[in-house]
Amino acid sequence: MVRVVNVFLERVLDGTGAFDLLISGNATLFAIVRLSLIVTLAATALAGLIGLPLGAVVALTRFPGRNALVVVLNGLMGLPPVVAGLAIFLLLSRTGPLGSLGLLFTPTAMIIAQAVLITPIIAALARQVIEDLWAEYRDELTAIGVGPAQRVTTLLWDARFSLVTILLAGFGRAAAEVGAVMIVGGNIDGFTRVMTTTIALETSKGNLALAISLGLVLIAIIMAVNAFAWGVRQWAERHAG
Amino acid sequence: MRIRQIALAVALALSAHASPGQAQDKSIVVASTTSTQDSGLFGHILPLFKAKTGIDVKVIAQGTGQALDTARRGDADVVFVHAKPQEERFVAEGFGVQRFDVMYNDFVLIGPKADPAKIKGSKDIVAALKAIHATASPFVSRGDRSGTHIAELALWKAAALDPATEKPAWYRQIGQGMGAALNTSGAMAAYVLSDRGTWIAYKNKLDLDIAVEGDTLLFNQYGIMLVNPAKHPHVKKDLGQAFVDWVLSAEGQNAIRSYKIEGQQLFFPNAKPGQMKKAG
Amino acid sequence: MLAKLEPTIPAVLLRLQGVSYRAGSTLILDDVSLSLDSGPRTILMGPNGSGKTTLLKLAMGLIDPSAGSIETSPHLRAAFVFQRPVMLRRSVAENVAFVRTAARLPFDTQTVVRLLTVVGLRDLADRPARKLSGGEQQRLAIARALAREPALIFLDEPTASLDPASTKAIEDVVVSVAASGVKIVMSTHDIGQARRLASDVVFLVKGRVVEHASGPAFFAAPATDAAKRFLAGELVI
Repeated sequence: MVRVVNVFLERVLDGTGAFDLLISGNATLFAIVRLSLIVTLAATALAGLIGLPLGAVVALTRFPGRNALVVVLNGLMGLPPVVAGLAIFLLLSRTGPLGSLGLLFTPTAMIIAQAVLITPIIAALARQVIEDLWAEYRDELTAIGVGPAQRVTTLLWDARFSLVTILLAGFGRAAAEVGAVMIVGGNIDGFTRVMTTTIALETSKGNLALAISLGLVLIAIIMAVNAFAWGVRQWAERHAG
Repeated sequence: MRIRQIALAVALALSAHASPGQAQDKSIVVASTTSTQDSGLFGHILPLFKAKTGIDVKVIAQGTGQALDTARRGDADVVFVHAKPQEERFVAEGFGVQRFDVMYNDFVLIGPKADPAKIKGSKDIVAALKAIHATASPFVSRGDRSGTHIAELALWKAAALDPATEKPAWYRQIGQGMGAALNTSGAMAAYVLSDRGTWIAYKNKLDLDIAVEGDTLLFNQYGIMLVNPAKHPHVKKDLGQAFVDWVLSAEGQNAIRSYKIEGQQLFFPNAKPGQMKKAG
Repeated sequence: MLAKLEPTIPAVLLRLQGVSYRAGSTLILDDVSLSLDSGPRTILMGPNGSGKTTLLKLAMGLIDPSAGSIETSPHLRAAFVFQRPVMLRRSVAENVAFVRTAARLPFDTQTVVRLLTVVGLRDLADRPARKLSGGEQQRLAIARALAREPALIFLDEPTASLDPASTKAIEDVVVSVAASGVKIVMSTHDIGQARRLASDVVFLVKGRVVEHASGPAFFAAPATDAAKRFLAGELVI
């Protein structure tokens, strides 16, 4: 027991070394954080552009196989990141169908893999939100004479606060994953190394100071995103009802 | 407002990635091993190469088997690993242009200070492995087709033993890199075969120390190959060849020699002079 | 001027013939035949559950009859005010503008302000619509209905959940809208409200039209027993 506490304290001291790294604004650290944010923000934007309208259309239209599609979307929310990474890897490898694009081991591949990972989450949650909203709005919008295409845009706009929360959830999921970006990015020093892959690497090398400081930054970012989501909900309550 | 922020993020992302095929993008992908990467060698020699040629070297660090597979698929331009039989087969299959010796380092057998197999200080790796087998002491294997893993299997074979097939309880195959293997050994108080470079650089030594070293069977030869443009036409053969040439040149060999951790040289350059030639 | 009227307004705006509506195994409307003429304020009366809301929704075309037919005069534009109107998550003015764009009508500020003034909501134009009180939301719903420049407005118990002051405000609006030439068809279970507003009464019991008469005639001398008991305040089961 004493030994466990001892080791834990040693780790914390390592962590203090981590704070030094953070405070000194270490250039490598900064580059890693910057790349992580760019990759995940771009992936979230891409996933939102595809997933939000997709969810809305599925929510509002009836077509054969719709129920099956809803089940599949819901199931894909749990898509393991490594599997998403593997799928994109097979597509982008030189021997794969899209190999001629030369995208493997680049930040673009990482953005694609993360977008693939979180689009189902965004689409499935958006579908639920829009479907519930449609149940509330259906009679009114029908009486007003809103056409099918306008229904999609009207509901997407009216659900905007919930949809922002959904985007933030997608961001959080992408920011936290390591499997997809590791496989398609290759964790190349200076080019495709992000917070999560660096934490994995540095931990395996026993270099815990950098791993801990990145872990703290990552937690701080995720916390900030969640706080922002909460803030959005509060603001929406107060100002738009 | 949000739309503008999103557009900005996307634009940043696109600008962060230099798209391939642009004339000003001078970079190559080198498939190498985690132990070479973890030793810090690349961090030392690549900036020197870039300063001289302006070429960015992107290193994908995997196990040797995976590195060779990556090159077979054409996802890398150069291969730099340490498993000579595999490398020669790679060239024989037509995936590599030619194989050149670059440098060697050595392996060390790491073990717990408690030394359950009573082998500490020995210079005989075969006897040590027999002792580990006889005492059923915990042993961690990389199990990932890496150069280190292949060397480990060759040593067991030299001792006429085959724990990888028998899978006794004390033989733990983890399928991960050298750092992870050392972490696991520390946690399990097990023996593990490591390259010296990773061991010196490793910061989490806990209760581990070198048990056996210095046996000539523990020497580890590195080789470099250009991926064959005949098999994969998109391979950056000029930039890749420039890297191969530099590594084999006096300048590159000196760079390797000058890399030290804690004052110790890790890699011993042994390229044969005059063996460089332009890729046909 | 609230509504652009056709040069000659057709006398019969809407005709239901033999309309029945079944939901599952329940018969909600039973063989209803009814003609709605332009002009008088028509009030649908009857106990709760008599099918008033269903009849209005059928007339509006929100649901389809299980049997029978519904004819409307050509190019008839109708609007609907629900008992609990749904406000869009935007400002009051934007709610009105939304309806205008959906109907492909001009939605300049002036028009929107004019519509809000009719219902007395001009000063609340920039307030988030969901933050309005019940009575104000109902008035906004009427403004949205008017925004469609309809010839006919259906209102489904619009004051059922409102206090007397709000109720009066709504009734005043309904009266002035009717005066400008828009046909009003409104349901209520409040006898007093019906007395105040009705020029024309349709009395429903258990999905059947039991009486259809002019307002004064109905209240002075109801023809059926059910109507008499209803007006006397009894529960008509």
